[in-house]
Amino acid sequence: MREVKLFLGPQHPGMHGNYSVHMYVDGDIIKKARPMPGMLHRGFEKLMERRTWMGNLALIPRICVPEPDTNEMVYAMGIEALADIEVPERAHWIRMIILELARITSHIMSFGGIGGPTGLYTATYLGIALRDEILDVFERITGARVYHMYIVPGGVRKDLPENAEEDIERLMKIIEERLEELKELILENPMIHARIKDNIMLPAEVVWELGVTGIGMRTAVNKVNDLRKVKPYARYDQVEFDVPVASYSDGFTRVKTKYLEIHQSIRIIRQVFKKMPKEGSVRAQISTGNALKWKVPAGQVYTAVESTRGEYGYFIVSDGKKMPYRIAVRGASFPQGLLGIEKYLVGHRIDDASLWMDTMGVCSPEIDR
Amino acid sequence: MDDKKSIFSPIRTWKNLFKEPFTVSNYDVFESPREAADNYRGFHVNDWEKCVGCGTCGEICPTNAIEMFEIESLEQDVGHEPERPSFDYGRCSFCGLCVDICTSDSLNMSKEYVHISTDYNSMKFIPKENGIHGIEFKDGYKRDDVSDLLDLGRYEMKHEGVERKTSFIEIVKGFSREMALAESSRCVECGVCTATCPAQMNIPEYINSVYEGNLKEGIEWIYKTNPLANVCGRICTHKCEDACVIGNRGESVAIRWLKRYIVDNTPEDEYEEAALSYVTEKVNGKVAIVGSGPSGLSCAYYLSTLGYEVDIFEKNDLPGGVIRYGGPEYRLPEESVVKDIEMIEKSGANFHCNTMLGEDIQLDELKEKYDSVFLGVGFSYSRSLPIPGHDHEDVIGAIKFLGEASDYTRGMREMPDIAEKIAVIGGGNVAFDVARTLVRLQFEKYGETSVSMAALESRDELPADLEEIEEGEEEGLLFNFGYGPQSIKIEDGKIKGLSTKKVISIFDDDGNFNPSYEEEENFIEATQVYIAIGQMAKYDFLSEEMKDNIEIVRGQVQVKENGQFEKYPWLFAGGDIMRGPDIINGVETGHNAAKAIDEYIRSN
Repeated sequence: MREVKLFLGPQHPGMHGNYSVHMYVDGDIIKKARPMPGMLHRGFEKLMERRTWMGNLALIPRICVPEPDTNEMVYAMGIEALADIEVPERAHWIRMIILELARITSHIMSFGGIGGPTGLYTATYLGIALRDEILDVFERITGARVYHMYIVPGGVRKDLPENAEEDIERLMKIIEERLEELKELILENPMIHARIKDNIMLPAEVVWELGVTGIGMRTAVNKVNDLRKVKPYARYDQVEFDVPVASYSDGFTRVKTKYLEIHQSIRIIRQVFKKMPKEGSVRAQISTGNALKWKVPAGQVYTAVESTRGEYGYFIVSDGKKMPYRIAVRGASFPQGLLGIEKYLVGHRIDDASLWMDTMGVCSPEIDR
Repeated sequence: MDDKKSIFSPIRTWKNLFKEPFTVSNYDVFESPREAADNYRGFHVNDWEKCVGCGTCGEICPTNAIEMFEIESLEQDVGHEPERPSFDYGRCSFCGLCVDICTSDSLNMSKEYVHISTDYNSMKFIPKENGIHGIEFKDGYKRDDVSDLLDLGRYEMKHEGVERKTSFIEIVKGFSREMALAESSRCVECGVCTATCPAQMNIPEYINSVYEGNLKEGIEWIYKTNPLANVCGRICTHKCEDACVIGNRGESVAIRWLKRYIVDNTPEDEYEEAALSYVTEKVNGKVAIVGSGPSGLSCAYYLSTLGYEVDIFEKNDLPGGVIRYGGPEYRLPEESVVKDIEMIEKSGANFHCNTMLGEDIQLDELKEKYDSVFLGVGFSYSRSLPIPGHDHEDVIGAIKFLGEASDYTRGMREMPDIAEKIAVIGGGNVAFDVARTLVRLQFEKYGETSVSMAALESRDELPADLEEIEEGEEEGLLFNFGYGPQSIKIEDGKIKGLSTKKVISIFDDDGNFNPSYEEEENFIEATQVYIAIGQMAKYDFLSEEMKDNIEIVRGQVQVKENGQFEKYPWLFAGGDIMRGPDIINGVETGHNAAKAIDEYIRSN
C-alpha cells in the first residue's frame, strides 16, 4: 500500500508547542517519522551572548514555558559557581519552594494534559484550573504568573511576602483535594488504561541509548536517578522525600509517576517551611557595581538541576566580561523529543503519536533553543 | 495504588453537583475584574517630579522597549535631563529590571494590566504618575533593598590621619586597582555628568576605560576636552559629582578620583602617546597667550594640537598661575602640575616666564606680532577688606601668601614670616587653603598651631566644600563662623587681634548685601591677619581706548560666548576674567577660545 504523509503540528491540539512531526503512515501505522524543529527557534543561546548577566534573566525563563524556574535556577547556579558566591541560607530554602511549586505546576499541566490526546478534556480543564491556583500564588510571591524572574544570581530577587507560609499551605490543601479527583478521572479510568497501559514503551536500552533522563529513565531502569538525590543542590539534602521508580516504563507508569511526584513535592514544601531560617539575607552580590557592569570571573561550568522532564543543564563559559562568552543549554527533553521521535515513534499507531509526545515529556522550546 | 475503579464509581460524580464551579462567569470578568497581586509587574508608573531622565531604565531593558523621549516643557538642569522614558509594550517583557535599577526611585509598576488595541503604534506610552492610561491604579511591583541593582556605597580612598597637619604630604591616597575597578563599575554611563561639567568632559567614557582596564584610552578621552588631567584629577570642583544620578539614592561615583587614578597609573610612555595623539601638522598662524593659568594652558594645548605656533607669557617665575601658586601641596602636589605643563610644552607651546603684560610687553606689540591674542590673566590679586587697620603690614592677602608658601614648599625661598597666633578672614575654599597651609607652617616653626577663622556665613552656609571644613576642623582650626570682622586692633604699631560681631543677617530685606550685627563684641587674639574674601583682576594693561570699549561687570570682561571681544575680533578672553574663578571653567573657556581662534585665523 502507498504511504501517506501526515503532519502532526505545528498547529495541533496533541502537539506540545510549535513543533511538528512529519509522519509517513501505512494505514494506521507510522512507518517513518521526521521531527521538524526550528519553528520556535529564537536563538536563545546566541542572544545570551549579547546581553548582560542580569539582562539574560528576562530571556532564560522563556526556554521552557511550563517550567521557567528551572532555567533561572540552573543559570543562577552556574554564575554563582563561576563567581564563587555563597548564596544566603534563607535564599536556598526559598528557591526550593519555588522549584517545587514549579514542578507541581508543570506536572499538573501534563498530568491533566493527558486528557488532550485521549479526548478526556475534563481532565485538561481541571488541570489548567488547578495550575491557575498555583500561578496565583506565584503572582503573589514573584510579581508575575508565568515568567517569574525570581531566582536570580546570588539568591532570590525579593524576600517572601509576609503571609507566604499560610498562602502556600492553603494552596497545598487545594492541590491535595483536587488531585484526588484528577486521580479518579485519569488513573482509574478504563479508557486511559486502554490507551496507554502496555503502550508507548520506553525500554531501558533506549534510555541508555538516547540519554533519556528524568521520569522516563527512572521508570525504565528502576534506579533513583534524580539529581536532587544524586547530586543535591540548594538544600535538598536536608529534606526527606521519595523518588518513585519502576522497572517497566509504559505510558501509564510515567503518567502515574507524575501524580506520585506531586505528592513528594508537597511533602518537600511543608518541610521547607519547618526548616528554613525565619529571617536573614536572601541575596548576595555576585559582583561589585550596578547590574549593567557585573562581571563574572573567567571560567567554564556545567550546572544541572532536576526538572520535571529530567536533567536540565547549562554549560556557561565566561571570559570575565560583562556578558557571557557562550551558553549552551541541555534541554531535558532533547534526547527523546528529537532523536526518540525519529527512531522510536515508528511502529506506533497514528493516534498514539500525541500520546507518545505527552507521556515522554517533550517541551519543544528546549529542543529549539 | 489500585488502578481499578469500583463498580459504584459512576455514582461518585454526582457529588460534583454540589460543588462551586471552577469556571468564571462573564459577569465577573467584565463587572468586577480581578485585582492583581500586590507585587504585580503591570504597566509602569513614572513620577515625573522625581525622574531625572538619566535613561538607565533603557540601558538595562533586555528587550529594548524603553526609549528616552525629549519633553519640550522640561528644562535642562544640574543632574536633570529634559527626557522621560517611553515604553513600547509590544516589546516589554515586564521583567521589572528597569524598576530595580531606577536611579531616582521614580519608576514603579502598577496593578494595571489591560490594554487592548489593534493598532501597533498605540502600544507606545510615556507613563506618568497615574500610569499609561491616566487612570489611578494601585501600586504594584516596587524595588526594595534586596532587588536593588545599583551599587550605592562609595569605595573610599585611604586618607592620611590627623597627623597630616605636620607636613605637606598629600592627604588623599589614590585608588588601588581593585578599588578603582569597583568604583568604576558603579557608573551607569548616563552622561548627566557630562552635561553638567563646564568642560563637557567625556566622563562615562573615561570611567569605562578604567572599568575595561584600558587606561591609555582613558587618557585620550580626558585630553579630548581637558589638558589639565592631573590637576583636575585632584582639585577640580567636581560639579559632575553633584549631578551624578547615583547620588540620588546613594553616594555619587567618585569621578574626580577615578580621573586621578587614570593619570597616576598610566605608564609614562603610553600617557605621553595618548596625550599628544591629537597633535596634528603645523599650520600657518601665531597666537599669543597672556597668562599661563588653567585657561591659558587649555587654550595653548588645543591651539598647539591644531598646529599653531603658540607663545605663552607668564608674569611669574614658573608657569601655571593658580595651579602653581594657589593649590597647596597637600591637595595638589607639585609633580602633578609639572606633568600637566610638560605635556602642554611637548604639544608645542612655548613658555615665556617673568614677562608681565603692560610692563615687559604691551598688548599692541602682541597684536602686531601675532594673528590673535588670548587673555587669561586670571583673578590674581586679593580683594582687600575696608575695615580699620586693613592697611597694616601684617594684614596679608591670600594670593600673595599662597604664592610664597608654594615657593617655600618647592624649595625656592625661605619660609614666609608666620606669627604664633593668626586670624584668617573668609569662608571659601581659598580661605581654608590659607588656614590649613598656615597650620602646617606654624607646626613646623613653633610645634603648635593657633589659626582662627572668621566669616560672615554660619558653618552650614559656608561656600567652602564640606570636606575642607571637616578636615580643617580635624587639623585644629578654630572656627568663628557667623562672626563679621569689624576692625583690626593695633597697639604700638603691632596687631593685637581681630574684633568681630555676631551676624544677625547678611542681606537686608531687599536682598542687598548689608550685614547686621549683634552689639556684643567677640575678640580674636592674633598678631597677623590673612584676608581671603575673594580675588580680582587688574586691567592696567588695557589702553584708555580699550577700557572705554570693553565693558567690565563685577570684575569680569563682557565677551561673546566663545570669548571673542565684540570690538576687537583678534582678542579673546577666558578663565577668571570671563567666568569667575574656577579651574574647570578656565579649561572650558580656554578650549572654546582655541576653537574660536582657529576659526578666526582660518577666516582671515
